[in-house]
Amino acid sequence: MAKVFIYPATSLILSDLVERFGHEPLGSALSIREHVQTPGFDSPPIQMTAEDPQKGLKWAAVEVPSGIRGRMALYGPLVEEAEAAVIIDEPELAFGCMGCARTNELLVFMLREKEMPKLELRYPASKEEGVTFVAKIKQFLKDLEVKQ
Amino acid sequence: MKPYVPEYVGTVTKYVFVDSPNTTPQDIATAAYEIAQGVMIKETCFGCQITGTPEDVSRIIDHLRTLDPYRIFIKDRGFPPGDSRRCRADLGGARPGYLGHEYEMSFIRYISHGLKETQELTKASLKKAAGVALPLEEPLDADILEQLFSEEK
Repeated sequence: MAKVFIYPATSLILSDLVERFGHEPLGSALSIREHVQTPGFDSPPIQMTAEDPQKGLKWAAVEVPSGIRGRMALYGPLVEEAEAAVIIDEPELAFGCMGCARTNELLVFMLREKEMPKLELRYPASKEEGVTFVAKIKQFLKDLEVKQ
Repeated sequence: MKPYVPEYVGTVTKYVFVDSPNTTPQDIATAAYEIAQGVMIKETCFGCQITGTPEDVSRIIDHLRTLDPYRIFIKDRGFPPGDSRRCRADLGGARPGYLGHEYEMSFIRYISHGLKETQELTKASLKKAAGVALPLEEPLDADILEQLFSEEK
């Protein structure tokens, strides 16, 4: 069972498919859960602490906005942990209030730079493309089993 | 500053989504309740949320998947249900995460179709199906962009 980073990290479809085909999906929920379940001092609204932007310095420079560094404190450890990645090209749901465009760019850059098996594709727009989409992910995840 | 004491430590929360003409969120929640054994189940408009120890949640999810294997989708959730920082009973309006779910649910029927079709494929035909290219969106042509600019005037 490989740890597969999914991008967008909140994707329902990727999270389900990776788990369905026997691997562990690494998405933002895991980091958020760790934050939410760790005792400390109250840091509303979603338990991000002042330390998180400092942790983010490992992946983003000091002049980068604290929002990006804070988000990288969530995603960075997951990327380091990841053994493979499934990346959706230009996902519409990761734009706007769902995320931060600069964090997403940095995240995809980090994933592409890391030496590990990667699958890049886009969301299907028809039934036929749905078959191709699922087949690509299934084949990719099966190949991961063989490599392990 | 005051100490933050987390709730539901050591638990996991999973979303269960269903998009099926045969299975309703109520069916899912009822089936989950039947084998809950103390695990927290919350019925929602799209399916349900399950909160409990990883082993218990996994047991319930394995059972739920058998109800409608191609049309039930599951993902992790970071917050427990009813958390005041995320629950819309406290905040009002849909929470931002639902927009992402709504977007993916709009074409999840293609994934259901894909799961059903690929289930019956042999090794060779799966490889063949996976080899088909999913064309990426073509970038905007520079001439068309220029034309759009000139139309603005």
